[in-house]
This record gives sequence, C-alpha cells and structure tokens, in this order.
Amino acid sequence: MIGLWTLFYKELLRFWKVSLQTILSPLVSTLLYLLIFSHVLEAHVQVYPGVGYTAFLIPGLVMMAMLQNAFANSSSSLIQSKMNGNIVFLLLPPLAYWEFFSAYVAAAVVRGLVVGLGVGLVSMWFTALPLAHPLWAVLFALAGCVMLGAVGIITALWAKGYDQMAAVQNFLIMPLTFLSGVFYSINSLPPFWQALSRYNPIFYLIDGFRYGFFGVSDVSPLLGLSIVGTCCLALSLATLALLKSGYKLRN
Amino acid sequence: MTPAIEIRQVHKRFGSLHALRGVDLSVEQGEFFALLGPNGAGKTTLINILAGLARVTQGSCAVLGYDVVTDYRNARRVLGVVPQELVYDAFFTVREMLRFQSGYFGLKHNDAWIDELLHNLGLTDKADIYTRLLSGGMKRRVLVAQALVHKPPVIVLDEPTAGVDVELRQNLWEFIRRLNRDGHTIVLTTHYLEEAEALCNRVAMLKQGQIIALDTTQNLLSAHAATQVRLRLNPSRLPDALQPLLAGEEAGWFRLVLSDCAALEGVLATLREANVAVADIEVSKPDLEEVFLQIMGKAA
Repeated sequence: MIGLWTLFYKELLRFWKVSLQTILSPLVSTLLYLLIFSHVLEAHVQVYPGVGYTAFLIPGLVMMAMLQNAFANSSSSLIQSKMNGNIVFLLLPPLAYWEFFSAYVAAAVVRGLVVGLGVGLVSMWFTALPLAHPLWAVLFALAGCVMLGAVGIITALWAKGYDQMAAVQNFLIMPLTFLSGVFYSINSLPPFWQALSRYNPIFYLIDGFRYGFFGVSDVSPLLGLSIVGTCCLALSLATLALLKSGYKLRN
Repeated sequence: MTPAIEIRQVHKRFGSLHALRGVDLSVEQGEFFALLGPNGAGKTTLINILAGLARVTQGSCAVLGYDVVTDYRNARRVLGVVPQELVYDAFFTVREMLRFQSGYFGLKHNDAWIDELLHNLGLTDKADIYTRLLSGGMKRRVLVAQALVHKPPVIVLDEPTAGVDVELRQNLWEFIRRLNRDGHTIVLTTHYLEEAEALCNRVAMLKQGQIIALDTTQNLLSAHAATQVRLRLNPSRLPDALQPLLAGEEAGWFRLVLSDCAALEGVLATLREANVAVADIEVSKPDLEEVFLQIMGKAA
C-alpha cells in the first residue's frame, strides 16, 4: 500500500505545485459564468418554484467545475508522463494496476472537490443556498469525480498526443457537460432534446447534485444514483482492464 | 545458484518487424555483463521485456527466478533499470523524485540510502533542484540514483554513458564497479566498446534480434582478433616467407596478422635473414572493437 499512497501523494503534489492553473483559474472562470448568467437571467428565469436562477445555477456550475477538473487532473498528468517518457518511473516499480488506478482517480477526486468547494464557498457571497440533503450532494459529487477521473485515464491512455487529448476534451467532455442541464432544467427543452439528454450520464450527476441542495429534481434521485453508479462502475472496470492489459503502456 | 537473469527463447514482433528471434541468455549472479550490438539489434527491446515495459510475443524471462510476467512484483523488486532515454519529471526536485521512487518500491524512510546515493553520484548539492534545470549529465546521474533506490541485486544500465563527459563516465563506472564488488549483478549496453572490454567479464553480441556471440571477454579477444604488427621496412620489400601473414599495405607500412605476440620473434628473424632492416614498428593488441566488427561482419 505504500506504493499507492506515494503515487497518490505525488499526484496531489503535482497539481498543488501549479495551483494557479489547476485550482485558481477554474475557480475564476466558473465564477465568471456565475457573475454573467446570474446578472442576465436572475430577473427573468425561475426554473423551480421559489428558487432563484442564481441559486439554481450554482450547484450546476459547482458540479461542472468538479467534473472538468477531475477529468483534467488524471488526463493531463498521465498524458504528460506518456509524452515526456517519465511514465517509466511508474512502470518499472512493482505497482499493481489497481494501485495505479486508485491513486490517479483519488487525486482527480481531491482536485475536483477542492475546486468544487472553492466555487461553492465563493458563490455563497452571491446568494444563500439551502442544503436539503447534503449526503446526496456528496454522493453525486464523489460519483462524478470518480467517473470523470476514470474517463481522464482512458483518454490519456488512448491519446497519441496532446491534440487527441484536446479533441476528447473539447468535442466530448465540454458538450456533454454544457448540455447536461447546468444552465437549465431539461424539462424546458423540446421533447427530442429532452429525450436525448436522458442518455447523457452527466445530466444525472447535475440533476442529482442539485437535488441535494433543493430537494427538487427532474428525475428521482434514486434512479439518478443507480444510473450514475452503474456508469461509474462500468468506466472504472474498463479503466482497470485497460491498465491491467498494459494498453499503450507496455507494448 | 539461481541465475540473475534467465531469458528463454524470447521472440518479439512489432507488427511485421521480428525484433527478437529466439534469444536465449543466462546471466549468473555477480557477473558484469555486456550486451552489445549495433543500433536496432534489439538490445533495448530485450531490456524492456526484462523490465516489464514490453511483453514477449513468445518465450519467457525471469529475474532471480521470478518470472517477469506471472511474478512481476517480485521480479521488479529485484531489478533496477537505468533507461536509455534521458527522462525526468519537470514538477519535482531530485530528492522528491528519489523519495517517490522509494515509495513506489514500498520503501518508507529511505533517506539515509538516498543521501548515500546522492553523495556517491555527486548530486548532494543538487538534491533540492528541479530535475528539469539539471544538465544532461546530471539528469543521467539522477536516473542512475532512481534505479538504485531499492538496492536492487540486479542492475541493468541501457547506455548509461551516452553523451556523458569523461570525468562523470569514470566516476560512474567506479561506482558501478563498487556495486558489482558488493555482489550486485550488472548488465550494461554501450556503444563504447573499450568500456565493455575494461569492465565486463562476459559479453553477448546481438544482431538483428539474435545472439551471434556469447563468451567471456577474454575468450572473445583471444579467439577472434589476433595480434597485429605494422612494419616500415628498409628496403621496403616484404620477404616471400612473410607474404602469407600480410593483411594489408598502405603508405609504406606492411600490416601483418600474427597468432600471438610470440610469433613476432619469428617475423623479426626472417627479416634479419633476408637482410631487411626494420625502420619502424607498431604492435597492437586485439581489442573488443575489432572483435565486434569482425563478428558483425561475418554474420552479415
């Protein structure tokens, strides 16, 4: 277990050493969304009865920031090691594939939670937020970070270089998070888009996380958690299988 | 005694490229062993397979009896590899890297040995410097230190002296020699054949994925390259009796190949009898580089 802990600690230290880029900058950009959208829409939109738009928006933005940063952490760390060749430092020691997985995902979760917590704390200054079911919020936050941490590992394993990495980030992760109901409730969408959104696992993350705050959601939180949990498990198993096979690491 | 390294019928294919074609090799504990061969011969591929960085297409490998696939944890614990590529992690200092590497091998509180490594490799004053800021030679030393954090009984160095200045090369070899004297098995690849000749008790030569020579350094030297003598004669005419020994003639120098040094006496006697004076003479002992070129040439 010393190997796992060391790798986890190294991954934490890695993002901590560049915290301007890994914590502060996502914090600032998320708060800019909050500032602009709440200014434009607060007076015009009310998604849930009795919940102001700014309050509605905050959990979505927090979750979005957590997901993007969990993904960014595992994917950028791994692709950098692959491209620089220093991945050998992890391949030569007797680290098991599951230790590798656990350390990378755990660090992704920590980075996601740190950024999410930061956004949440600063946003308290904008509006007061209820916290109806904190445990649900935590569960969805953890599930989201694990899921995207695993996707980050898969992406970095698969990608030949930074270009392919950026492609996944910009053409898959970004659209999936933006179109998942961060800024709106999917009930306001036309039927086709509403149906499509239900195939987006990130929608359930946002929706379930929001339930933790307001006690109101588009789908039942239990259904949401089962779907999210299944996705999490499937993606984790897939990542573990790839790591065990040595896919693109041990040729 | 369990061999330090045992490679059995290893084949490796990369698509259509047959990089290793049935390599068999056994290195005993305590040996200082050289793996030689031209670029692309498969040396690094073989090392990567030993280290678990690549997987065999066929065959098997073991380090101190631990199979590198089925018993990879133990195999990696007893093996230290200095990779050929000059890699480093830009985020961390030398000491941080060495601490992490110790941790990956399951070692806590390894600072005493880390300090000793830093001292022996002349890195003590670089301990808290970011690895990316070090010169190439210093980065190489860090790689050596990283490979040794867990005191591996078997150490593999893949071209450790490529691009390294003379002084560091000597320091490095002095250190590696000491490790060897302390019982560590050393396997190295190098393109500096005089290094291999001076250090290694046994040599394997690899060409196009096959071992084409495997013997003690001494046997290879005596079997493959004879003593050569170059002569400038007055008058510049080689007696007929010596013609069979002639290997070449350039700019007034006759190059003769002798079975050993003792044969020189006969050559000089023949010259004296023929009334030919020796104006200049150069005797060269065989070296590994010549042997290497001969063997590589023959196998072509």
